[in-house]
Amino acid sequence: MAQIEDIQNEIVDEFSMFDDWMQRYEYMIDLGKSLPIIEDQYKTDDKIIKGCQSKVWVHADLKDDKIFFTADSDAIITKGIIAILVRAWSGQQPQAIINANTDFIDEIGLKEHLSPTRANGLVSMIKQLKMYAVAYQSQLN
Amino acid sequence: MFEVQKIRADFPILNREVNGKPLIYFDNAATSQKPQQVIDAIVDYYQNYNANIHRGVHALSQEATDLFEAAREKVRTFFNIPQAKQVIFTAGNTHSINAVASGAHVFVKQGQDIIVSAVEHHSNIVPWQMLCERVGAHLKVIPVLDHGELDMDAYHNLLSENTAFVVVNHVSNALGVTNPVEEIIEAAHKVNALTLIDGAQSCGHMTLDMQALDADFYTMAAHKMCGPTGIGILYGKEELLNTLPPYQGGGEMIDQVSFEETTYAGLPHKFEAGTPNIAGGIALGAAIDYLNEIGMNHIAAYEHELLEYGTNRLKEIEGVTIYGDVSNKAAVISFNIAALHPYDLGTIVDKLGVAVRTGHHCAQPVMDRFQIPGTIRASFAFYNTKEEIDILVQALQRAVNMLA
Repeated sequence: MAQIEDIQNEIVDEFSMFDDWMQRYEYMIDLGKSLPIIEDQYKTDDKIIKGCQSKVWVHADLKDDKIFFTADSDAIITKGIIAILVRAWSGQQPQAIINANTDFIDEIGLKEHLSPTRANGLVSMIKQLKMYAVAYQSQLN
Repeated sequence: MFEVQKIRADFPILNREVNGKPLIYFDNAATSQKPQQVIDAIVDYYQNYNANIHRGVHALSQEATDLFEAAREKVRTFFNIPQAKQVIFTAGNTHSINAVASGAHVFVKQGQDIIVSAVEHHSNIVPWQMLCERVGAHLKVIPVLDHGELDMDAYHNLLSENTAFVVVNHVSNALGVTNPVEEIIEAAHKVNALTLIDGAQSCGHMTLDMQALDADFYTMAAHKMCGPTGIGILYGKEELLNTLPPYQGGGEMIDQVSFEETTYAGLPHKFEAGTPNIAGGIALGAAIDYLNEIGMNHIAAYEHELLEYGTNRLKEIEGVTIYGDVSNKAAVISFNIAALHPYDLGTIVDKLGVAVRTGHHCAQPVMDRFQIPGTIRASFAFYNTKEEIDILVQALQRAVNMLA
């Protein structure tokens, strides 16, 4: 598995091919289609990330000391956003996820989604993914 | 003569761009834009009259007081309120509702009913739930029919000698439907129940006559009628305002203060503790002047024209569902397109320069009723145009193509 930073750079490279927001959004919507979908048994109200106008569910499994995320959303754009995070961070060790920086979100032209007051709750998604990492890290210690 | 281009020139914000596109502002139900005349009134107050009111003997304080009280008089005339002292300035519409609900234990006894409607904004539900908890009263809900109208048969069945208060909005913020408040008030009075009408979505969009309407309390927000934020209006019948205990204690709301006993000032000061929003009140007066100059009848007629045009144009989009598609409504269209999430559509149309509201509009029970996560809400004002509606429809079509 590549390092988080390498995957993030790869995503930034892919997005840099587009010169307008519309193509970027279309690509993000496409990425949403490849998101590993959360199993129905985990798609419960307590897995919903708060702070989003749409519903986002995230589940995390630990396998061989690595975290694998599955997720879903009832909104297509939100699904694309969570898919980007999952692609960058899934399959990594908890400590690497805890340490991951999120500047790449800004670099792919989604900076507007990073504001904590935005209704889509990207900040809440990042926080929730990192919380899973913190929880699993404490199990490993 | 109603000339929309001339009116648009009064609103400086309409010149700005969003995401490189000219702003199209269709979130008027959330807050209206402000004409230059209102902005000037705020600046003029701080540049030339700023002083605390009602206490100073100096000239500046008296001039500021005169302006503030002149604004109260403008509000009185605008809504045909009998006396200026029945115009209470608050911090906003929510504050006005809370001012009544927090003291309404003098009107509501344990075991009595408070009737609300299923289309209320959270701000006209929660204060009454809190009152119910405090006094041990019961909250009863008027259901809403499939087209967004209140189930009036159910309302008449809910009413009884045990009903203490009926609280409904004049126009639903989530659907735009105008409720039959005349009938609601008359029926409530027959069983000696009091009424509070939430006018957040009606004020500034239709002619309102407090004496003809006969509501016991009526609440409004200045910022929904071209005025500034942070100032609202509470109207009440005189004897009820006299009975209602003050919401907050402090300066200006007192008659005599000693550590043994305090007696309250008369109306309206009893409900206006502390330094009021002086600039806000004066600017609200300027907003009323502005609306009067155009004429509320012209505003209502033009906004209805936009509503009809917008409704017809939106219906051209395949898969569109309009919630509250009735004839008697304000210029608010709440809709969804097929199974697309309102958040997705709202995000894309914002990128195209069109500001609409998405979500549950602070009325979750309405969304639950229609079993939807939310809607897209386009709400028009008299400075909007049919051309802007055309651009919204184009933007939605583009969004649908992207998301399909």
